[in-house]
Amino acid sequence: MPQASRYKVISNREVASQTWQMRLEGDTSAFSRGGQFVDVAVCGHFLRRPFAVREWDDTGFDILYKVVGHGTEEMTSMQAGTVLDILTGLGNGFDASRCKASALVVSGGLGASPVFSLVKELVAGGRSVTVVMGYNTADDILLFDEYKASGADIHISTLDGSKGVKGFVTDVIDTLQGNWDYFYTCGPKVMMKAVCEKLEIPGEASLEERMGCGCGICYGCTCHTAKGPKRVCADGPVFRKEDIIW
Amino acid sequence: MVTEVNLCGIRLKNPVIPASGTFGFGTEMAGMYDLNVLGGISLKGTTKNDRYGNECPRIAECPEGMINSVGLQNPGIDALLEEKVPALRKIFGGAIIANISGFSVEEYVHCCEKASKSPEIDILEVNISCPNVHGGGMAFGTSATAAAEVTAAVKAVSRKPVFIKLSPNVTDIVEIARACENAGADGLTLINTILGMRIDIARRKPVVANRYGGFSGRAIFPIALRMVNQVASACSIPIMGCGGVSCAEDVIEMMMAGATAVQVGAENLRNPMVCKQIVEELPQVMNKYGISDINEIIKAV
Ligand SMILES: Cc1cc2nc3c(=O)[nH]c(=O)nc-3n(C[C@H](O)[C@H](O)[C@H](O)COP(=O)(O)OP(=O)(O)OC[C@H]3O[C@@H](n4cnc5c(N)ncnc54)[C@H](O)[C@@H]3O)c2cc1C
Ligand SMILES: Cc1cc2nc3c(=O)[nH]c(=O)nc-3n(C[C@H](O)[C@H](O)[C@H](O)COP(=O)(O)O)c2cc1C
Ligand code: FES
Repeated sequence: MPQASRYKVISNREVASQTWQMRLEGDTSAFSRGGQFVDVAVCGHFLRRPFAVREWDDTGFDILYKVVGHGTEEMTSMQAGTVLDILTGLGNGFDASRCKASALVVSGGLGASPVFSLVKELVAGGRSVTVVMGYNTADDILLFDEYKASGADIHISTLDGSKGVKGFVTDVIDTLQGNWDYFYTCGPKVMMKAVCEKLEIPGEASLEERMGCGCGICYGCTCHTAKGPKRVCADGPVFRKEDIIW
Repeated sequence: MVTEVNLCGIRLKNPVIPASGTFGFGTEMAGMYDLNVLGGISLKGTTKNDRYGNECPRIAECPEGMINSVGLQNPGIDALLEEKVPALRKIFGGAIIANISGFSVEEYVHCCEKASKSPEIDILEVNISCPNVHGGGMAFGTSATAAAEVTAAVKAVSRKPVFIKLSPNVTDIVEIARACENAGADGLTLINTILGMRIDIARRKPVVANRYGGFSGRAIFPIALRMVNQVASACSIPIMGCGGVSCAEDVIEMMMAGATAVQVGAENLRNPMVCKQIVEELPQVMNKYGISDINEIIKAV
């Protein structure tokens, strides 16, 4: 259930080119799954800004955000101690229970953030987990040490070949031999579409849309699915492969 | 302190009503707070058949406001009456306002006749002002003759109070309001959104896929207030004032301008708790301005 609360900025720093990580302290009782998101009220902007939760614990959570416009630019100037009005517990998140023994997790760019807690949950649940992360270039790589420490098998592709396999995530998948039974993906739409079309196993992908409310009341974020119109914010953002109409 | 108001015989415990399209079918909000604090709820706009609405993006941010081009996504009148309204009635004792849209006079009549028979619905709000659909909606709200025709037709089949929801996208809103009153409308809701546009500079394309959309939020409050005041001066039927309301003071202003009840729209999207907060603040604000019965301020200006 969505919940509106106040959170205190604990830290806010640039962790990769134009990408920042913000740690917030406050009530996390509304969080239940990796892949859920929060909606941050940014002073001076009418609508809230949605961001996926990277990880949370009893005292707070953190997000990774890319500076793309006015709101995220404003966020970079928020100092430790700033208090923010945030809606939490939004969206369905990934369903780790759908993976029986072996998972393939594929992220593109900032998509590495929302799948992070999922990967930890899968590993903790005894599944073998392969993670393929795609980036444009080595400078964009996020959370490398955190992923290395997660116990999952990590692979990287970069478009310019500055690190890992040169090319797309799908090029990396071609080189891997896994008997995965389920996959999870988050990243640019074209990447997720290619992953869903390539893999024969079942899986799920996290979609993105411009949002009004972020909590299911305005129908501003609707997408077509095999099960009819669905709200990305409240029925998603994670949808099963067979339900997504690309 | 009296906050109860009366809309054509329907008693609302207070004048605060979430506006159509900004509060879903009510049940979506049930987890956030007890809806029974609200005077009423205006449900999402409904048409005869189910509609997907417009393609996304449907939302564009603006300074102190937003543009939406949802385009009347809804499950159709039968699903509204069979599923949505009964589900809301189970958890909500206040006034349920069905918001009806259409593409022809026959469609408005069909939906109003059905909705009017629902024991759970208290008021019909006929939206002749949706800027987001072609060949319907706003076309009826921008001509006095067409507005009067829809009003007379739906009144003929409705046993519940009928409020006609007016568009601000007209030269003279008073002329349209008068036409509705003369055609038998029990009340008026105003205003719907103002037709607007944003452009994504990098893509050289409109931000919303439907090109134009309805602009609303705090920025339109002065326009809404002015229109409510003009219509209240010219008509004698009750008004639900709507447009840019974001706090208890705005509710007071809207009522002083001429509204009997006040709807809160886009503000729910940025702050889903806002209607509850307004209801809670209202007695304090009334106290501050020496208002003991909220009815005494209606049309005070
Ligand atoms: C469910 C979900 C999860 C997200 N998770 C993350 C994340 O973990 N990290 C991250 O960096 N970004 C994430 N995004 C994208 C992020 O919300 C946008 O980058 C951000 O809102 C841009 O704000 P701005 O003010 O800087 O941009 P502006 O362009 O100035 O914003 C104008 C308006 O457009 C909206 N908008 C702009 N770009 C997007 C977008 N790509 N998606 C949705 N709305 C957009 C803004 O929210 C705002 O309402 C997520 C989006 C969604 C829908
Ligand atoms: C997302 C959204 C959806 C809306 N959908 C409807 C609708 O279905 N029917 C209707 O009569 N008005 C609809 N409206 C208009 C509002 O009910 C209200 O008249 C308008 O937004 C002005 O109020 P505001 O400035 O408080 O938002 C919608 C507005 C928004 C923002
Ligand atoms: S953003 Fe409002 S319903 Fe999804």
